Amino acid sequence: MTLIKEIDFGTPESKSEKMITLTIDGKTVTVPEGTSIMRAAMEAGTEIPKLCATDSVKAFGSCRLCVIEVEGRNGTPASCTTPVAPGISVKTQTPRLAAIRRGVMELYISDHPLDCLTCAANGDCELQDMAGAVGLRDVRYGYDGANHVFARNSGEINFDWKPKDESNPYFAYDPSKCIVCNRCVRACEEVQGTFALTISGRGFDSRVSPGMDEAFFESECVSCGACVQACPTATLTEKSVIEIGQPEHSEITTCAYCGVGCTFKAEMRGEEVVRMVPWKDGKANHGHSCIKGRFAYGYAHHGDRILNPMVRESIHEPWREVSWDEALTFAADRLKAIQAKYGKNSVGAITSSRCSNEETYLVQKLVRAGFGNNNVDTCARVCHSPTGYGLNQAFGTSAGTQDFDSVDDSDVILVIGANPTDAHPVFGSRMKKRLREGAKLIVVDPRRIDLVRSPHVEADYHLPLKPGTNVAMVTALAHVIVKEGLVNEAFVRERCDQDEFRDWADFVAQDRNSPEALESVLGVPAADIRAAARLYATGGNAAIYYGLGVTEHAQGSTAVMGIANLAMATGNLGRRGVGVNPLRGQNNVQGSCDMGSFPHELPGYQHISGEKAREVFEKDWGVKIDSEPGLRIPNMFDSAIEGLFKGLYVQGEDILQSDPDTRHVSAALANMELVIVQDLFLVETAHYAHVFLPGCSFLEKDGTFTNAERRIQRIRKVMSPKNGYGDWEITQLLANKLGMNWSYVNPSEIMDEIARLTPSFAGVSYEKLDRDGSVQWPCNDDAPDGMPIMHINGFARGKGKFVITEYVATDEKVGPRFPLLLTTGRILSQYNVGAQTRRTENSRWHEEDVLEIHPHDAEERGVRDGDWVKVQSRAGETTLKAVVTERVATGVVYTTFHHPMTQANVVTTDNSDWATNCPEYKVTAVQISVSNGPTEWQEKYRELSESARRIATVIDAAE
Amino acid sequence: MSHNSVDKLVKMANQIASFFCAQKSGDPVAGMAEHLTKFWEPRMRAEIIDHVAHGGAGLEPFAIEAIKRLPAVSTAA
Repeated sequence: MTLIKEIDFGTPESKSEKMITLTIDGKTVTVPEGTSIMRAAMEAGTEIPKLCATDSVKAFGSCRLCVIEVEGRNGTPASCTTPVAPGISVKTQTPRLAAIRRGVMELYISDHPLDCLTCAANGDCELQDMAGAVGLRDVRYGYDGANHVFARNSGEINFDWKPKDESNPYFAYDPSKCIVCNRCVRACEEVQGTFALTISGRGFDSRVSPGMDEAFFESECVSCGACVQACPTATLTEKSVIEIGQPEHSEITTCAYCGVGCTFKAEMRGEEVVRMVPWKDGKANHGHSCIKGRFAYGYAHHGDRILNPMVRESIHEPWREVSWDEALTFAADRLKAIQAKYGKNSVGAITSSRCSNEETYLVQKLVRAGFGNNNVDTCARVCHSPTGYGLNQAFGTSAGTQDFDSVDDSDVILVIGANPTDAHPVFGSRMKKRLREGAKLIVVDPRRIDLVRSPHVEADYHLPLKPGTNVAMVTALAHVIVKEGLVNEAFVRERCDQDEFRDWADFVAQDRNSPEALESVLGVPAADIRAAARLYATGGNAAIYYGLGVTEHAQGSTAVMGIANLAMATGNLGRRGVGVNPLRGQNNVQGSCDMGSFPHELPGYQHISGEKAREVFEKDWGVKIDSEPGLRIPNMFDSAIEGLFKGLYVQGEDILQSDPDTRHVSAALANMELVIVQDLFLVETAHYAHVFLPGCSFLEKDGTFTNAERRIQRIRKVMSPKNGYGDWEITQLLANKLGMNWSYVNPSEIMDEIARLTPSFAGVSYEKLDRDGSVQWPCNDDAPDGMPIMHINGFARGKGKFVITEYVATDEKVGPRFPLLLTTGRILSQYNVGAQTRRTENSRWHEEDVLEIHPHDAEERGVRDGDWVKVQSRAGETTLKAVVTERVATGVVYTTFHHPMTQANVVTTDNSDWATNCPEYKVTAVQISVSNGPTEWQEKYRELSESARRIATVIDAAE
Repeated sequence: MSHNSVDKLVKMANQIASFFCAQKSGDPVAGMAEHLTKFWEPRMRAEIIDHVAHGGAGLEPFAIEAIKRLPAVSTAA
């Protein structure tokens, strides 16, 4: 194994289709017009010395090291800023160029410490490399003059010297090593789009400055790591590299956080991760990352991690550490006993969107083939199940229509109920880049998310609708499109069912669906809705990106279909730059749905009632499969409370914290006779578990994840599982205890089985993934290399289906007792229930969940910024600290759900989407009042957490 | 089956009905019946069928019509 090093071409790729031929050092080179001479040379295999250039950012032309000579032209232009021209002849090395470069390097080195041997970048320093490349042998200027290197000059304090800034927990900034190449500043601007860095001062005083000369941690820096990656010296260095040293080998793997699915080089020293560096050839992230994937992997080593299996007779007892065999036998025996006593359908399982495709596949196989029922569901139930239902109705496939790269061709971007810069940060940066290039932006969100206005990005329209009114909003937008004649009739005629279209058009055209009629329902000025609709329909390529703000509602599925209606009516489907794009929450939400985790579907969205599909699986598995749909997660809870559902195997999901109406969930769990939790930590759900099977992190196993653009990518094992087994192996061990006789040796065999049984995955194999890097399903004979953009010549279902989207107000209505609407979301540094991120330094950015409340609502209730407030709903109450902000509108309060003690889900209700039972997290009627501190429930819960996590001390007889 | 559980199913069925009864194309009642068959676990279907057989209190007429079209369910586990 070697350390993977991507080629740095110095400047970005030109997209031009016109080719230019020139000569470089006597070699003929043909490249796209607009390519820099530097890049053309590198493509031909000649590396021109450079310091300020790197191909993730635009050419800057400041270091003067990349000078070249062009025959017939005067001077020595910088090759990074000089584009190729037809027929020119370039020389990259002449005595004159060599002398200039050496002179430049001499100047650089005269103000740079010579501590290479003890420097963290030793072996990975471009300054060092360039000194070698240009043949630097002497620094004639000496070190006695003004410099940034030494704290003291001849005993006197050197005011040009600055101490290291170690405020960021993940990287250090050492100003003494800075060569002011601007790469960090440009990466922050161009790649990340945060604009947290600048160069303050001029000439010799030039300094990299976070914010207004603040410490990194105090500045606007979002810790994405782009600057660290861009830095050619040890000025910005990962603290892990400073502690451990340079890595010696690396593996390409996929991030286990959000649905963007960034690929990383896990850079290793032995089995120790030195750092995670975003992989330039990764098709989802193109070499960019966020704070989570780049830095927050330390949870894998956290002391809270449980490494031994544990069991207990009842949940009131402390845990007992046992052997794998004992734990699995205990689990299997109880499962069998429960089924014998309460019937075959009394048990089920929940697969995880954090686990691999192979692992979720095995869990659903265990349920269908081993338990003999279809009681399997996945956490996508509580996030994107309406997407699956809605898009399948409209187009015939349950997935987003585009790849991420498509956004580069969007002219109008409509973001509904999503917060990409916090929840999908790497794609958020991509989107911001396109917006800075001039694309228009419409944001539909009750809250003023960062995209509404942040440096160099401003929404053309922000429609701050009342929570729960998405369907009314999409219908009002459609009303304008139909009434103002903005329908793309040719598209609709060719691609969609005509009768359904006419019914829909008649419906949306009714006066009661006009922006004016719905103004009071939506709380948004009609004129803004009209203008936004016109922009979406007529602004060129228009793409919709949406998230859980759309799906997690009583009418989530209807809203998804409404969004599909908008895209079809305006012809914004089937090409680059357009489409309907669900932003998936967890890394493998798409994959867990694809793998047959839903109780009504076999892998590849084949309905369980379909005899043909069932037959294929029955033949392969050698069992009969029940033809009836099983229980969904909320149905499992209801059924458990009725005493009919008694055993549950939960892989990698913390339902107690993440699912709504915590009291209901805990009552259901407490009613079960066997709860098996397989996880890294004693998560909240484990309070009610009888068997704990320690799981492992994505670094410790092989597999695949599928991201929001249907891209299947490998995860690769870089260290041995600390708990002893990969999660797929644990499921196999359990299955074999139940008599299944599985014998998978490698997850690739599981993928081969998936490919064998699932038409849309027929062409997928580890061999293909290793060769091509990734593939976007469907991947089969019809699309051997996958399908980046779907529905190009027509919809998967045949004709596109328009659906009438009648708005029905949710039951969660404000009234005198509960006059405010609570909505929930995420924050950049934390992930989901926080089980991983809370066990990293990321918590320093977000130590607790807070309640955002508008100044007007706060004043009415006497709430000041920082006060403890009680949040009460029909379901329950909790307390947290208030932040008074105009980000939320009056009448709306907002919080995140990353911390267990906040218990945000004690407040959320059991309302759910009509089609899929996806919970209505986004709307809860609440009252807010000043409080003294945690509620009685929170205190009780804290006690429960402590007592439920007790592990019995084993007394070793030999001692 | 507890009374509480039927209430929940009634609410869910009414929610589903509110979507399908707004549809014009095809046979919306059949659409709702198909939805229940495809997504509701048999015990849930049996319970709601039984509830309709006992008068279907709380259910919208559209929902009752759709549930009446559901075939009988065998719930032997």
